[in-house]
Amino acid sequence: MWNTENFQRLIEEPAYRSIIGRTVFMAVLVTVTDAVLAFPFAYFMARVASRRVQTLLFAAVLLPLWASYLARVYAWILILNHNGLLNWSLQSIGLPPAEIGYTNVAMWIVFSYIWLPFMIIPTYAALERVPESLLEAAADLGARRWRAVRDVVLPLALPGVVAGSIFTFSLTLGDYITPILVGGAGSSFIGNVIYSNVGIANNIPFAAALAIVPVAIMAVYLLIAQRLGAFEAL
Amino acid sequence: MKLGALAAVMSLALVACGTTNNNTGNTQAPPPTANMKPLDKVGPGEGQLNLIAWEGYVDDSWAKPFTTQTGCVINAKYAGYSDEMVSLMKSGGGGQYDMVSASGDADLRLIYSGDVRPMNEKLIPDFNTFQTYFKNPPYNTISGVHYGISLQWGPNTLLYSTTKFPNKPTSWNVIYDPANRGLITVPDNPIQIADAALYLSKTQPSLGIKDPYELTKPQFDAAVKLLTDQRPLIKKYWALASDEISLFQNGDVVVGAAWPYQTIQLKAAGAKVDDTIPTEGATGWGDTWMLATKAPHPNCAYLWTQYVSTAKVQAEQALFFGETPVNTQACAQMEALQAGSCAQYHANAPGSYFDSIHFWKTPIPTCADGSQNCIPYDKWVSAWTTIKG
Amino acid sequence: MWTRVFLRIWAALILVFLFTPIVLIFVYAFNTSNIQSWPIPGFTLDWFERTWEDAEVRRALSLSLQAGLTATALALVLGSCAAFAVHRMTWFGREVVSLLFVLPLALPGIVTGISLNAFFAFGGIPLSTWTIVVGHTTFCMVVVYNNVVARLRRTQGSLIEAAMDLGANGFRVFRDITLPLISTSIVAGAMLAFALSFDEVIVTTFTAGAQNTLPLWIFGAIRLGQRLPEVNVVVSFVILVTIIPVLIAARLTGGGATRVPAAGV
Repeated sequence: MWNTENFQRLIEEPAYRSIIGRTVFMAVLVTVTDAVLAFPFAYFMARVASRRVQTLLFAAVLLPLWASYLARVYAWILILNHNGLLNWSLQSIGLPPAEIGYTNVAMWIVFSYIWLPFMIIPTYAALERVPESLLEAAADLGARRWRAVRDVVLPLALPGVVAGSIFTFSLTLGDYITPILVGGAGSSFIGNVIYSNVGIANNIPFAAALAIVPVAIMAVYLLIAQRLGAFEAL
Repeated sequence: MKLGALAAVMSLALVACGTTNNNTGNTQAPPPTANMKPLDKVGPGEGQLNLIAWEGYVDDSWAKPFTTQTGCVINAKYAGYSDEMVSLMKSGGGGQYDMVSASGDADLRLIYSGDVRPMNEKLIPDFNTFQTYFKNPPYNTISGVHYGISLQWGPNTLLYSTTKFPNKPTSWNVIYDPANRGLITVPDNPIQIADAALYLSKTQPSLGIKDPYELTKPQFDAAVKLLTDQRPLIKKYWALASDEISLFQNGDVVVGAAWPYQTIQLKAAGAKVDDTIPTEGATGWGDTWMLATKAPHPNCAYLWTQYVSTAKVQAEQALFFGETPVNTQACAQMEALQAGSCAQYHANAPGSYFDSIHFWKTPIPTCADGSQNCIPYDKWVSAWTTIKG
Repeated sequence: MWTRVFLRIWAALILVFLFTPIVLIFVYAFNTSNIQSWPIPGFTLDWFERTWEDAEVRRALSLSLQAGLTATALALVLGSCAAFAVHRMTWFGREVVSLLFVLPLALPGIVTGISLNAFFAFGGIPLSTWTIVVGHTTFCMVVVYNNVVARLRRTQGSLIEAAMDLGANGFRVFRDITLPLISTSIVAGAMLAFALSFDEVIVTTFTAGAQNTLPLWIFGAIRLGQRLPEVNVVVSFVILVTIIPVLIAARLTGGGATRVPAAGV
């Protein structure tokens, strides 16, 4: 027998709506954050740093990928908790403590941290390919530096940023471990619900219905990314 | 390979449109494997043993001597939650694993889905000296058929900071009290609904809750409401024991539901905490080594069950994990390893003690009176998802 | 001028952000307590000895190396072949094909994991090292494919045509012209593919049998936390061992010819 009961349940129950909403919102937020963090860094690597510094920075971005994801998330708990490194530092300079351990803010920081290299690398690659001659031409035509960046560099780097966003977006969308470790009350993700439903024999269809949600979102996202030429910049 | 993955994803869409397998039929019917004949004698080991276990249940200190004795090399896979154990047992269509150290909240699920098979208790010599309760606990024994052999148990205690609570709390109401807003942690487990039901059975007797795992719709709704109201007070629903340890050690919470393990670890690290079983009583877990229906190495599985049931290994594991052995003979061994531990862990408790502990069992539609009015576990899971939000 | 100062400070802050947790991992490998709290209660070398003697760690490390190397090797072959094929395609379907190639990388790990698990169960394939390898190859291959196809796109066809005009056959063109041109992109792809496989948790949870890769062992050790400092010891060790290869790879591929997309853990 076929029906759409499981999909209806997803749409009608507010709890599932809010979990889906939270997951997608976090994925967007992390993607935007990483793009903002990565762009000036990648620009520095590609356009300002000497060749030697460039190599070192590149290695520095790659190296964290070798430190276990789990160990890095765990280190963040040590930073963000009540008596953690962050509050200790804040108090030692006379500021009030930030109670962000085990909240959605903590998840936002940790996700942005974990996926940042995946945004820096393609952005850097795209920026590196912007021909110097284009910037010179812009300067010759009297464009100020910021205008040259806005009108010449940004459009050329956009496919790189979009390529990076595919990773930050999809990796956040599918994660269920970071919410378990650093989230607080009210931080379930789609992945957590899928995971707990797989363990229940007669709820596999519902888990599958849930799994369709991130897949559908990613398919739409990829189609848009392809339009923006991101695949050429992957 | 890639096409395989894609095809599998496409098939998800089809599965998602399937109807939910309704388990609300007659669960009085015997489990699918009820008629499988268990082994009547243990043959030589097959050389391998694949286990799904809680972390710490297959520690080298007793697993290595077992391999030396029997030649069975152990491959252990550690699971984080009962749900993960159940899905691992099903993975690859079953047949990957020989045994699982399942807790009571998973047992009936595994039994009624046919993933585990009856075991012959006569092949386990130490079975005779088990605490009476754990020979036939309702979570692993149905109509006299043993779907596994009990291993260890422990209560779900109330853990609190002694700085915040100089006087020992006597009621679970501290974890439902708005005065402790943002300083409470409880386990991230749907079975937590039973803790709320247990509390309500004492504080709201009019609901008529007798067994916190057999709840009718109004009783279930009352428990869910209590937990929904508790939700804004919660700092974190802890998923890993180490999460809760870290929460207490770093001052993020002051009170919560815990296992004795967390208390032991925290005290060892000098944290100012203690635990107690409040007057309402407590839920508890009982773990069982269960044999997979398609176990590829049944002889090694029986050899392992025999081995972990012996008083010595029971005592070692109990002290390693901070839980209580089911073998009454383990008491002396525990005392030898750590004086006073037998009484501390209630390893010598009289039968009446077990009336105050309500052991986890998978909620199923059939109530004790035979009616089909009880709320089954899948409803517990979706209610828990909604509570956590 | 101010722009440069801003960029320099920004880069420094990002480096601090990237490396603070890593420094903590190193420091807490020496923790006397198995509970992480700030500041560290005391220093000890005990965990190094215990990790060295831990047979489970060694088994997990060797399984991870084995699975990672096999998956990377398979990904190199399949990924570069696919890249050559797609590169030669001129028809309109090319866009669709390239979308299909990227999709597995962008799929949430839990979906890939459950799908593969269902697929293996359906086919009656027992879970083993090979099913881990298959799971990892699905995303490793995409990384290699992307690296190579991007390099090919920027390789001038004229070089190959010139070689052919001079009478070189297909094999010689490949050996003397194409291979040297794409070699650094292959190195970069392989490095990343291996790194991804080495740190993969979610897909592996669903495709591994009764055995632990290093990340699965780490997840297990984290749960009870009794051996938490051992995790830090192992991770520190892995970082130290990989510094040199990462630097070499960065040097080979970091300037100009970079093509390093990445996929999920």
